[in-house]
Amino acid sequence: MINNDRNLDFTPFEGEFMITLPFLVLFPAVIAILLLLVSADAWRRLVVKAGALIIGIASLYLLFITPETGPGFFPVEFDSISELMFLAEMVIAAFLVYLGIKYKKYLAIFLVVAQAALLVYYESLAATGTHIVPNLFIDQFSLILALIIGIIGSLICVYALGYMATYQEHHPEVRDRRRTFFFLMFFFLSSMFGLVFSDFLPWVFFFWELTTLCSFLLIGYSGTGEAINNAFLALNMNLLGGIAFVGALLYLAFVSPGGELLNISTLIHSGHMVALVPAVLIAFAGITKAALMPFSAWLVGAMVAPTPVSALLHSSTMVKAGVYIIVRFAPVLTGTMEGLIIGLIGGFTFLLASAIAISQSNAKKVLAYSTIANLGLIVACAGVGTYKLVWAAILLIIFHAIAKSLLFLCVGTVEHRIGSKDIEDMTGLIVRMPHVAVMMFIGIAGMFLAPFGMLISKWAAIEAFIEAQFGLIFVAILAFGGSITVFFWSKWMGKIISVCPVAAKVENRIPQEKWIALSLLTAMTVFICLAFPLISSYLIEPFVLSVYGATTRLSQDNVTIMVMMLFLLMIMPFSLLWFRKEKNIVPPYMAGRPATPDLHFLGSMGVTRQVTLGNYYLEEVFGEKRLFMAGTALCFGLILLVGTLTAGVAL
Amino acid sequence: MILLEYAVLFIVLAPFIGGLLAGIDRKLTARMQGRVGPPILQPFYDVGKLFQKEQIVVTPSQHFYVLSYLVFIVASGALFFAGGDLLLVIFAFTLAHIFLVLGAYSSYSPYSFIGAERELIQIIAYEPMIILAAVGMYMVTKSFFVWEIMTSSLPLILYLPGVFLGFLMVLTIKLRKSPFDLSTSHHAHQEIVKGVTTEFSGPMLARVEIAHWYENVFLLGFIYLFFAWNPLVGIIAIIVAYLLEILIDNTFSRATWKFTLKSAWIIAGMMGLVNLGVLYYLSGVVPV
Repeated sequence: MINNDRNLDFTPFEGEFMITLPFLVLFPAVIAILLLLVSADAWRRLVVKAGALIIGIASLYLLFITPETGPGFFPVEFDSISELMFLAEMVIAAFLVYLGIKYKKYLAIFLVVAQAALLVYYESLAATGTHIVPNLFIDQFSLILALIIGIIGSLICVYALGYMATYQEHHPEVRDRRRTFFFLMFFFLSSMFGLVFSDFLPWVFFFWELTTLCSFLLIGYSGTGEAINNAFLALNMNLLGGIAFVGALLYLAFVSPGGELLNISTLIHSGHMVALVPAVLIAFAGITKAALMPFSAWLVGAMVAPTPVSALLHSSTMVKAGVYIIVRFAPVLTGTMEGLIIGLIGGFTFLLASAIAISQSNAKKVLAYSTIANLGLIVACAGVGTYKLVWAAILLIIFHAIAKSLLFLCVGTVEHRIGSKDIEDMTGLIVRMPHVAVMMFIGIAGMFLAPFGMLISKWAAIEAFIEAQFGLIFVAILAFGGSITVFFWSKWMGKIISVCPVAAKVENRIPQEKWIALSLLTAMTVFICLAFPLISSYLIEPFVLSVYGATTRLSQDNVTIMVMMLFLLMIMPFSLLWFRKEKNIVPPYMAGRPATPDLHFLGSMGVTRQVTLGNYYLEEVFGEKRLFMAGTALCFGLILLVGTLTAGVAL
Repeated sequence: MILLEYAVLFIVLAPFIGGLLAGIDRKLTARMQGRVGPPILQPFYDVGKLFQKEQIVVTPSQHFYVLSYLVFIVASGALFFAGGDLLLVIFAFTLAHIFLVLGAYSSYSPYSFIGAERELIQIIAYEPMIILAAVGMYMVTKSFFVWEIMTSSLPLILYLPGVFLGFLMVLTIKLRKSPFDLSTSHHAHQEIVKGVTTEFSGPMLARVEIAHWYENVFLLGFIYLFFAWNPLVGIIAIIVAYLLEILIDNTFSRATWKFTLKSAWIIAGMMGLVNLGVLYYLSGVVPV
């Protein structure tokens, strides 16, 4: 429940710190423009690496300026900024209409025009009333997101240098638009920083739309028919969310003509009835951005984009903006019917998307479905929204961002060396690309095994759901969904660690940039498990405490045992040093058939065949079509329900 | 409160109890089938002999996975008997099994590969029910810690009869009993040779066998939790449950993976969830 009488301390910061937040929003944009101008590859490498380093350091620096309790506000001394944003939004709308006409996507045009019209209407309302001075702000939650954007995001940009060079070699038919590509990547970082540092909802919306735009353009990068179609699919669904977001702004403009409620920090403390309608509308926008069912199709389609884009936008940052905003509004949603239904949409998405992942053999699609599933779980936590669940949700955001971006980058690297992103083609990766295989192994372990991060969060979520109202439904969803997750990750792991006798090593010619990003992310995946008690007590707990007045953590005993388990896991591989001396190596059992060392055997009808082993995909039970239909119907129904309920509140 | 002495007792005694249990199991099974059967101590002789055999491997990395399987089974069992967090025990237990599956995958052998896939199906079949069982115990005792569940004076079985039946169902899977011995079996009539264990031999196979003994003792400990308020009833329950499993083992033919998965999930849903739902509802009406 919300503590209404809390006074928010407005604490503007002293001069020396003031530079950082606007700096992080503007600096990547400057780098982006620089990259648009630079055409020589050597210069681009220099600019990207220097830019990434500075962004990384600046976001680490945020650790020192974030206040220990509550948000810190940074006034922006520039008057016409809101007008500039409005102008930019109109230019973007015009640009999208132009593209819509060019590619004959009339639905997109309609949505763009509808959104722009609503926005103009909102501006006409707001221009007469608003008197408040918007601020940038930072609290521990923004800080966590900023660290993810600044560190993981810039690592992915560095990785993209190596990736895009190879990508253009492998795809001569795709026009080399790397200048635009890197412009968009850094411009995207800029908008993400803006999004998480904005307290003023119209600003959040502005940056929200910028990320939609970047995502749209990057999905369509290759310019093929499929890419264009999927880009527009993503655009349409995100625009739907955008329209709901403007709806929330309009509602707020009506109920508070002075514009005080347009700040997130005041809105979530303003009491249920006023905040609930905008919270639900914005949560709907979050659901479209986080690609929960029934909107999951766009994220799966977005996998046509180059892999760094999938890693940056579609797993670790942009889709996280969707869940970020829902977690922000969790205190409003908690204890309401609307919140529960939004949580259920997340929960069913988690269950069904995990199940669909079993039937997928394309590695990027498995990652996409797993991303959708985990975003669903985060929304389930935020929708039910007790303080323990918010704690678990933030933990999920952190762990997922690291492990999933590592996995995407591993898949991208493997794809360029073996020419396929199909898991069936990754047989014996441990022989062919030992280092990458080990990194991929750690990434996968990070997604579902104890004592790694994602499992800790799922565990915390189970414990928290038991105590929540109607929590038993979610506990059941987690029990079943969690074990489904075990299946598809383990069989992938099994594929890569099969020691296939006919595989040859191909782990050469991997650019240095890729190695840097991969090794750092692997190290982070392991390190974060050791450091998570610290992250919890210095970042997550103060945030949860400042919002809810109560907080939670794992018990000390359990933390100790998990750390012991992790050390045990790290020691075990050393046993290989001992076993390496093994001399009696025999071929596998082939039912007594005469077989050659490279596993050819005499099959029936006198035909010589080679052994090939394929994973189970259990299409009949976990087929994509079937479950996707079920999920869409279910979640669409839930959205209608929450819409009706909210309309009831609003009227 | 973690009780280290019980963990040590488990590590030392469990292999003897588990081996003895396997011996009794084989004897009873033989009698049910009209055979004389091996001596009760036969499992110990078998494992002893396996250790004396020369080690052959398909790939040296098998060793790493099998050793990790053993180590983590022992660790999760020890954590259980030390009174640790039940959910953490279950997760560590899953981790151990993933190592067994990976060991089977690592050899790139057709039979162990299929065994590995089937073992994974078994894991997803039984895991939800085990988690629901832990959740049920939490709902009654308000704690996930085994020592608190142990010392609770409430007769858990009376609150959780459905959960207990569901647990018995997945216990059949866990003990590798027919009809759910899909991935590997104690019986000779396995259609995929030896499934997950096909490529393990000699001392390595002995380690798998010992891990299985540890695992069985842990599972019987789990049954005991339902009856912990009265030790005598608890021990009788364990004996009856195990005899029942042996009977089931010898009366059913092997099921398909689909039947296994569906029946395990349906039972988990019907028995486990409904039981928890009723408990949840009642806890609103009468305080547990």
